[in-house]
Amino acid sequence: MPDFRYAVAVMPKAGILDPPGRAVEQSLPHLEIGGIRDVRVGRRVELTVEAADEPAARAVVERLAHELLSNPLIETYAIEAIGGASSIRGAPAGSAGPAGGPA
Amino acid sequence: MKVGIVVFPGSNCDTDALHAVRLAGASGELLWHEEPDLHGSDVVILPGGFAYGDYLRAGVIARFSPIMRSVAAHAARGGLVLGICNGFQVLAEAGLLPGALLRNATLRFVHRWVTVRVERSDSPFTAGVPEGTLLRMPVAHGEGCYFAEPETLDALERDGRVLFRYLDNPNGSLRDIAGIRSAAGNVAGLMPHPERAAEPLLGSDDGLRLFRSLVESAGEALAAGARR
Repeated sequence: MPDFRYAVAVMPKAGILDPPGRAVEQSLPHLEIGGIRDVRVGRRVELTVEAADEPAARAVVERLAHELLSNPLIETYAIEAIGGASSIRGAPAGSAGPAGGPA
Repeated sequence: MKVGIVVFPGSNCDTDALHAVRLAGASGELLWHEEPDLHGSDVVILPGGFAYGDYLRAGVIARFSPIMRSVAAHAARGGLVLGICNGFQVLAEAGLLPGALLRNATLRFVHRWVTVRVERSDSPFTAGVPEGTLLRMPVAHGEGCYFAEPETLDALERDGRVLFRYLDNPNGSLRDIAGIRSAAGNVAGLMPHPERAAEPLLGSDDGLRLFRSLVESAGEALAAGARR
């Protein structure tokens, strides 16, 4: 069966108190950065699904996103099909300096 | 009358809960999360700790553990279930109690004594503790801020399902809610640790009153069942 790679982004629902987002905002003056507001902090899960076809794979990810990866009472999620190992690339751990192409 | 205390990987208040159960005069047993068998427990306690390291969301991975199907079935049959701290988080993620426990509003892991008011004593968990009684118990949590939508909160208040309320809200919980019960009344959860306030040596034995209520209520229910 073919593999399908997805990223699930989970964010706090609009209107939900987001203490981590607030904490980031509060730290910005320490970095002497201004002009930033409405910081919301979520989580991203990437996974490979083995399924007969894309609709079947997406159905599995929808179920996972709804039941495990997010709490529908307080969070929303978005599913994105991604190619390759990750849509977010960076230098492997231990190498010097940033690397990687466009996200 | 037997109390079963579920142990998830990362639970760390299980033996304290077992000790409190014994102080309250009942026998207890630790139940490993991977085995669905409740071993004839009349009461199930989900103890405090960091089940699965609180990974992803506190309580979410634990709520899929094999034993939780049995716990849900036990609750559906009217069996008593008490979730303490992490246990409350597991019950909320499992949908056995409404709402969610969010990151503390202050962002700090709060670890101190709190005072809660017993809001109802018509509950197996608080029978024998008069309404209005103040209990001193410790809290120790990073995600204890109780949240539910306004309609749910209103329903909880209206139906007398708020069991404990903070006098000194340590985490931003809405309506100062420290603990609630299910609609049927046999499932309850609270963020403070009654098992850590079970002996004067610990600084308070107020928490023991909840274990005594639980043990006596369950014992009476068993006896009533046996008489039928």
